[in-house]
Amino acid sequence: MRIKLHGTRGAYPTSSRETQKLGGKTPCIEIIEKNERLILDAGTGILNIDFDSYYTSVRIDILLTHLHMDHIQGLGFFKPIFDPNKEIHIWGPGGSSYTLKDRLNRFLSPPLFPVMLRDIPSKLVIHELPNEPFKLGKFLITSKFVCHPGPTVGFRIQFGSKSVTYIPDHEPMLSSQHLFKEDNWISGFDLCKNTDLLVHDSQYSSGEYENKAGWGHCSMEIAAELSARARARRLVMFHHDPEQTDRDRTKIFRKFLSTHRYDFPIELAVQGHEIEV
Amino acid sequence: MSAHEIEIILSRQLADCLTVPVFIVDPEGTLIFYNEPAEQILGKRFQDTGEMRVGDWGNDFYPHDEKGNTIPPADLPLVQTINSHVPAHKTFWIKSMEGKSFKISVTSIPIIGRSKEFAGALAVFWDNDLKL
Repeated sequence: MRIKLHGTRGAYPTSSRETQKLGGKTPCIEIIEKNERLILDAGTGILNIDFDSYYTSVRIDILLTHLHMDHIQGLGFFKPIFDPNKEIHIWGPGGSSYTLKDRLNRFLSPPLFPVMLRDIPSKLVIHELPNEPFKLGKFLITSKFVCHPGPTVGFRIQFGSKSVTYIPDHEPMLSSQHLFKEDNWISGFDLCKNTDLLVHDSQYSSGEYENKAGWGHCSMEIAAELSARARARRLVMFHHDPEQTDRDRTKIFRKFLSTHRYDFPIELAVQGHEIEV
Repeated sequence: MSAHEIEIILSRQLADCLTVPVFIVDPEGTLIFYNEPAEQILGKRFQDTGEMRVGDWGNDFYPHDEKGNTIPPADLPLVQTINSHVPAHKTFWIKSMEGKSFKISVTSIPIIGRSKEFAGALAVFWDNDLKL
C-alpha cells in the first residue's frame, strides 16, 4: 500500500518560496494499492492528483475527516467534478443537526462558490460515514470521532495486513501536555493501535500549544506520545502551521528530536512524497 | 479493551477541570471515572479503585432519605438515566466517611453523541449545605 501526500499544510494554502519544501497545499492524501485508490480529504492538495492518468474508472471515492475549509477547498475545483461521466462518492461525518449534504451545500453554493451543488455536472453521491467499519473495494475503512471542533473523524484504512491511520486535525487532550495514562481514555487510540503508518496533526511545538489550547490541534510531543502509546510503527507529522516557514518547522522538529527518543521513525510530512507500508 | 467514545473522553476532560463532584458511568452502569471532588464523597481515590460496578458504587456512599431509609441503587438518578436514557434529578442524603449525613442534589444526563448511540451518563453532585 502506498500513501501519497498531496497537501500537508493546515488552515490555509501558502505559496511562498519559504514553504515550498514541506508544501503549501492544504490536506489531501491518496491511498494506493495497485489499481485501487482512495482520496482522503479534499484540501487544495487534491488539485495535484493526476486524474487523467490514474482515475480512468467512472467512480471516485473521497473520504472527508471534517468540513473545515482547509479540508474541502479543493472540492469545487478538481477536474472530475465537472465531468458528467464521473460518479463521485463523498464520505464524511454525520452527527450534526444538519445532514452532510446540507453542510457541504453551504460551501458549494453562492456566494462562496458560483455553482450550486445540484448543478455540478458529475454525479455526486454523498454518504454519511457509518458507525461500523465498511469496505470500499478491497480497502477496509474504520472511522471514529476524534477531539476537534465540529464533527470530525480520523480514519484507519486497512488493506490485507497493512494499515494506515490518518488523523490530520486532532487535540487528544485539552490544555494538557500529556495524555491520560489509561489507553482507553485516549481520543483516536483504537485507530492508531499497531498501525503501520500514522499521519497525524503536529501543528505546534509544546511551547506554542500552551497558547493554543482548545484550537483543535496538538503538539509534536503529543503526536509522538500517542504514536508510542499505540505502538504505531511510523509517524508522519502533518498539518504544518502556515505561519511557519519550512525552516521554522524544521528547527522545531530538530529541537523535538534532540530532546525525545522513540524507537520508531518520525518525519515531517513533505508534499509530493510517497510512503510505502 | 476498546477506547471510550469521544463524548465520554471529553466528559472526563471536563470533569477533571471542575470543582463539583462528577461521576461518569458506561452504558452498563459501571463507574468508569470520578473526579477529585467526587473522591471526597466516595472516600476512595479513582487511581486506587479503578472502575467500579454499579452494585458496588451505588451502596458505597449510603444514600438514604430524610428518615434514614436506604435508597436502592435503582432509585438513584444516575442509575435511572442508565435505564431510561433520559435526565434525572433527586435530592437525598448520603453519609460521609465520618458517618455524618449531608443533603445533596444529584443531576444526571445521558451522554449521546454524534453516533446517536447511548455512550453512558454523567452525574453532578451538589452539596446543599455548601456556602459559596
